[in-house]
Amino acid sequence: MSDSISLAEICISQASKAWQDDGEILATGIGLIPRIAAGLAKLTHNPDLMMTDGETYLISEPSPMGKRDSSADQVEGYMSYSRVFENLWGGKRHAMVTPTQIDSFGQTNISVIGNYDSPKIQLLGVRGFPGNSINHKNSVFIPNHSKKTFVEGEVDMVSGMGYKNKELSNGIFEIKRVVSNLGVFDFNGKNNCMQLLSLHPNVSVDDVIANTGFEIAIQSDSITSMPSNEELVLIREVLDPQGIRNTIFGE
Amino acid sequence: MNKVLTHKDVLDHLESNATIGIGGWGARRKPMSLVREICQSDIKDLTVVSYGGPDVGLLCAHKKVKKLIFGFVSLDVIPLEAHFRQARQNKEIEVMELDEGMLQWGLRSAAMNLPFLPTRIGFGTDVLTHNPELKFVTSPYEDKESFIAMPAIKLDVALLHVNKSDEKGNTHIIGPDPFFDDLFARAAEKTFVSSEELLSTKELGGKDGAIFNRFERSLVTGVVHSPCGAHPTSCSPSYGFDIQHLKEYSDSAKSFNDYADKYMNKSHQDYIESVGGIEVITKIPLPQF
Repeated sequence: MSDSISLAEICISQASKAWQDDGEILATGIGLIPRIAAGLAKLTHNPDLMMTDGETYLISEPSPMGKRDSSADQVEGYMSYSRVFENLWGGKRHAMVTPTQIDSFGQTNISVIGNYDSPKIQLLGVRGFPGNSINHKNSVFIPNHSKKTFVEGEVDMVSGMGYKNKELSNGIFEIKRVVSNLGVFDFNGKNNCMQLLSLHPNVSVDDVIANTGFEIAIQSDSITSMPSNEELVLIREVLDPQGIRNTIFGE
Repeated sequence: MNKVLTHKDVLDHLESNATIGIGGWGARRKPMSLVREICQSDIKDLTVVSYGGPDVGLLCAHKKVKKLIFGFVSLDVIPLEAHFRQARQNKEIEVMELDEGMLQWGLRSAAMNLPFLPTRIGFGTDVLTHNPELKFVTSPYEDKESFIAMPAIKLDVALLHVNKSDEKGNTHIIGPDPFFDDLFARAAEKTFVSSEELLSTKELGGKDGAIFNRFERSLVTGVVHSPCGAHPTSCSPSYGFDIQHLKEYSDSAKSFNDYADKYMNKSHQDYIESVGGIEVITKIPLPQF
């Protein structure tokens, strides 16, 4: 089985570790890889996590990707948008998101690219990023690690706050983990600088530096550990039996 | 008491330069038949408050929007709203871009007749940079903490789409998520609902139905019977969003005339026929995530 481990599976395994010490909170994985990763976290190192069906209900087991018989979901609670807000304002949540840009302060952008008053590209809008970032910890998955995503200077429109303003969040602000297609990172370097924790197979430190718009620390240049056999079975047979994860990197 | 109106009647309560709030969320339970009615009118220069979807995009495509107060605009299955993007990139609209929780706070503040509600949300972000009108307030208690004073967002008119209503404006939202429709109704001078079904009060189901009544009828000025009135957005549990139509709508941002010729400037009934009819729409499955 281990011969054919895909990059998506490595990222899912690494991303799932973001939630391992969180206890009983709402885990929100937005997007394909974060969502499978949250499910994997619940099925392995943190079964206490709460999770939604992607809509309005809390369910006891993570729902698999793709079409399913949702009438079979074991619903255990209710999580309307109003309840999501109430929950996150209380801080009992850890989301993993994919911003369009992230900078050396951990500030994130999903609003616009370019000048705000004359945007080159209008994106979604800030959505819940200001509230999420100031109220609970977040993690980040970036499928296309480059200087366009890990930008020099500051992001074009600060949607999620960063370490430079951490005191405004009563010390709550944290980017727990960053998983990209090149490696695994956190912001626990000196003065909360982003640091490399491990490199995915066939990626060099130079690759990471060349594709990051700001200076990072090298805490370790070891190779990212591979998903365990248990994790691979859960990813392949339970969480994503249709292999939708393979679309993310065209594997 | 009979509050039943036609789509056109609702326009009598709307003026150019008004501030309107639109219920629903993204591509979900949007009062699209009322939105199309506005698009087909002379009303313009609206300030629009929305958890935005094709309601915002369609109004932008018809040049009805002066200012948008929003947290996002998205079609869900198609993450970015092409018409809104185009309006924004062409500098056609002013924006007040807020965290989606701040938006709720603004509506709630208006709903409670308060000038503002305090929040930390927005600190450390460019929401403050680009909304210099936002002011601050200091806690009068020992903590002396400073907060953003999120101002009330008062609406002249709220437009909502519901599953059921009687003639008096007793409404039911029976999809599992009522979103923030209750706050839109409370923040508005006048609220108009379009409803999938127009029923007698008795048919609303008494105690068993009343749990789905999310706000009082006293908030409702008018009720419009509008079967499939949320199309192309979803109206759980009756129908999902029409992905094919949303794609066609999205693709029409480059040249809107073909879309407009096919689907606009029609009565609601003719519009519904043009997109396949009630039988087809109500067979669209609910989305699954």
